[in-house]
Amino acid sequence: MALAALSSLDKKLVRDLWRIKGQALAIAAVVAVGILTFVLLDGSVRSMEASKRAYYERYRFADVFAPVKRAPNHILKDIAKIPGVATVEGRINGGAIIDMPGLPAIRTMVLSLPMFDRPKLNDIYLTAGRLINATRDDEVILLEGFAAAHQLEPGDTIKATMNGAQRTYIIVGLAQSPEFVFTVAPGELVPDDARLAVMWMSVEALEAAFDLDGAFNEALIGTARNATIPAIIDRLDMILAQYGSFGAYDRADQISNWFLTEELVGRAGSAKTVPPIFLAVAAFLLTIVITRMIQAERGEIGLMMAFGYSQAEISGHYFKFILIIAIVGGVMGCLSGVWIGDGMAEYDKEFYKLPFLQFEANIDTILIGLGISTLAASTGLLVALRQISGLTPAVAMSPPAPPDYSKSGGGQWVKRALDQPSRMVLRGILRRPARTGAACLAVGVAMGLSASMQNLMTGFNFILDANFSVVSRADATVVFIEPLSDKTIYELRRMDGITRVEPFRDVSAKLRNGLYEYRGGVSGMIAAPALNRAVNADLETIQIREDGVILSKPLAEILSLKPGDDLTVEVREGRRPTLTLPVVELAETFLGSTVYFEMNALNTALKEQGRVSGAHIQIDPEKSAEVNDRLKKMPAVAGVTLNAQARESFERLMNEGAGAMRFIMAMVAVIITVGVVYNSARIAFAEREHDLASLRVMGFTRRETSFVLLGELAIVTIAALPIGAGVGFYLAHLVSSAFSTEMYTIPATVYPRSFGEAGLFVVLAAMGSGWLVQRDVNKLDMVSALKTRE
Amino acid sequence: MNVETNKMLEKTDDNSAMHNCAFRTSGITKVYGSGDAAVHALRGVDLAIPKGELVVLLGPSGSGKSTLLNILGGLDAATDGKAFFHDEELTAMDEKALTQYRRRHVGFVFQFYNLMPSLTAVENVELVTEISDDPMSAEEALGLVGLSERLSHFPAQLSGGEQQRVAIARAVAKRPTALFCDEPTGALDSKTGVTVLRVLQDINRQIGATTLIITHAMATAAMADRVIHFADGDIREVVINKTKVSAEEISW
Repeated sequence: MALAALSSLDKKLVRDLWRIKGQALAIAAVVAVGILTFVLLDGSVRSMEASKRAYYERYRFADVFAPVKRAPNHILKDIAKIPGVATVEGRINGGAIIDMPGLPAIRTMVLSLPMFDRPKLNDIYLTAGRLINATRDDEVILLEGFAAAHQLEPGDTIKATMNGAQRTYIIVGLAQSPEFVFTVAPGELVPDDARLAVMWMSVEALEAAFDLDGAFNEALIGTARNATIPAIIDRLDMILAQYGSFGAYDRADQISNWFLTEELVGRAGSAKTVPPIFLAVAAFLLTIVITRMIQAERGEIGLMMAFGYSQAEISGHYFKFILIIAIVGGVMGCLSGVWIGDGMAEYDKEFYKLPFLQFEANIDTILIGLGISTLAASTGLLVALRQISGLTPAVAMSPPAPPDYSKSGGGQWVKRALDQPSRMVLRGILRRPARTGAACLAVGVAMGLSASMQNLMTGFNFILDANFSVVSRADATVVFIEPLSDKTIYELRRMDGITRVEPFRDVSAKLRNGLYEYRGGVSGMIAAPALNRAVNADLETIQIREDGVILSKPLAEILSLKPGDDLTVEVREGRRPTLTLPVVELAETFLGSTVYFEMNALNTALKEQGRVSGAHIQIDPEKSAEVNDRLKKMPAVAGVTLNAQARESFERLMNEGAGAMRFIMAMVAVIITVGVVYNSARIAFAEREHDLASLRVMGFTRRETSFVLLGELAIVTIAALPIGAGVGFYLAHLVSSAFSTEMYTIPATVYPRSFGEAGLFVVLAAMGSGWLVQRDVNKLDMVSALKTRE
Repeated sequence: MNVETNKMLEKTDDNSAMHNCAFRTSGITKVYGSGDAAVHALRGVDLAIPKGELVVLLGPSGSGKSTLLNILGGLDAATDGKAFFHDEELTAMDEKALTQYRRRHVGFVFQFYNLMPSLTAVENVELVTEISDDPMSAEEALGLVGLSERLSHFPAQLSGGEQQRVAIARAVAKRPTALFCDEPTGALDSKTGVTVLRVLQDINRQIGATTLIITHAMATAAMADRVIHFADGDIREVVINKTKVSAEEISW
């Protein structure tokens, strides 16, 4: 047998492990889920980063984008001379409207592809069909996500309106692109495949369609390593100024990249915060369990000492014991982490439209995780060994003196007030405050973990509800091709089936406070909006002001602004003025980061009176199809977003993006909670087994005997509830900020309901564990329990 | 020592003797494990113990004396055979009935005392008196074992001998019909051991409980009414002791 090769101490190790296999496995499982979160989150961030980097490199994603009204192609040579510029490509980036039967108008981006070569920058990844024939002006390649969402395939045709003229185009291929990893339609906050349409066409066809013969309206720049991007942007803006530059921007501000980066930041945030919490809980548990386990080994340790084993050898023996549990847990955690990670990578690849994504677990991560769990286990070992090291072998071997309960308090009143079993329960708890405290703390921390995860779940649901039933209550939002006079609003108001119209004026701008900047915009709204509102933390409507802007809280944080401060707004359209606006109030936003300003005041500041960018509308449900049709026919309308659709895509974003991690984490929290509660019950049983058997021998019934054990478990559980609530309160803040991204903010609100649910869950887990140990009480072997001394 | 050998089997058909018996067994067998690994702890033991006697069970380790004690005490079930307490068949009782049997009639004393460390001396005794039908008071029981002065001490504050006396007080406070002692002096020095034995002897006399004591100390046999020698899972011989000595005269 394999055992024969081992030293006798190692044989003991193997057999001891086998003896406590259930408990060892439970501990290993807690270590495993701690490591799992570590491997999974860290690995998913790393692999996404790596895949993003590789994708960008392979398909030559531009570093700088310079949109312009119309610049002649020869200017590209000047741009190429800017120090630090490695590659330049001019292209045409135009707008079109795709008309799909039964759907609102879909705003479409049309991009040019060079006649014969692959694009030097922003290449496409053809997933189906073929490239376009450069001589054909009716062939298009469609963004794969959009095509899939509308069941379009190569060979199909679509109707699109470009520069006022509607034509039918043949789809020859489908493609993905590093530019559209995250499919957010311009002006929207949430990615939605069905609503972001991109067509690639031959440059010749587009030059004709947009009247840009020999010219481009967007320059893409690839920079050399070590190039100073701000300097390049400055030079670009200078060169392109006379051609109607809209301001060059860094890749960091490119919308898909920005969203993707934010997602990764969000995920990295939870990867930094959440696994350490889980691992710390696991480590803490391990310490408690190991301490108790070693204490129970006292007799055997005495025996080994008597045989002449040195302190170091004995410590080494128990260290191996712990190491094996920690390593088994670590390996279980790594394997399951990689397994789940692989599945998630498959899923992320779909969701993020990446051409390739391979989950990679980092060896460092795994080693760190293993190190932490081993360290935690060793702490428990050290604590326990220190208590034993002072003993002589003789003392260690003799039965320990009964624990002294004389100072456990509760004099005569205890005797009068409580019966014997209750007194045993009470004194057992009072006598060992450290042990009881540790048990309460362990259960409490586990509950706190569940409570914070439960709270996070509620938080996600809350922002969904708050955003779509309190903040944004329009049935649809109409966006115009460009800011129009408010006459269009009257046209909308007159339309049969539209019951309410609220115009808005949005401008994109760079928001700045000293060194803090944020690329966003200002949202001009009517003073007392009903369909799209600003709210405070209590979800009460805030009046939109003319004397200053209302800032969303996350934005105020990013820009480090508070009411009374001034916000600098560098407008990026029209005359591109720079405005200085006072911050008058902060608002709660859940989705996006907004600056609210009264619409007329904004127009006045922009010196563009009476302009609107779109309107929030309320539609009579019976006439919605009709309204849709009529809106599609309005040439000024660039697109219509249905609120229900937006809610759906937001929900999808939260459930399938970085937010998806919360389901796994919640599950892990549940495993840890059950593991801790069950372990506590098991340990309590092990410590009391002897007493319980004595009670059974004396003629106490099973029910009476169980009371002593379950009474203690009940008190520990009840005492753990407030601890759990406190821990949960703290963790809820950590977790909600870890799961917040710039796209959505999970409020650090504590929902009593989540705590109630977590508490209930702990109580249920305790009852389940109680039921399990109760079965052990029933099976108590009275004879053998009494033969072994304590 | 003046002893006389006697085969108990011959007396089992004697009706009056049967009614006078606290315990009776016929063909009690206990097998642990099965197949090749089976261990026969008891191989068809037949036995009768009259009411009120102090019986000492002697024999080497593994000879079956503890197994028999456990079966008679309602802690373990026999594989085969019958065991009676008075006229009730222990071997036919279910778990619930056995619990009630232990609760009403049996007191146990163990080698390692098995006191509840979280209860005082008097409370440890009350643990039993609270669930008994006609107990003596806990104070009285502790008085019997000479511990009237240490009522509210916790086990940690008592010596080994004192802890064992509390255990005896706990066992006798319910006025048990039978008292089972498995190596009651095993963990004690001889002087303390003698004190404990005297207490057991006194109690046997005062409350008339049939007392079964397992011991390795041969000398203890001198204080018994009856000495049962075990070997290889069966009774080798039963010795009736005509001239009992008092516990004080014993030493080992």
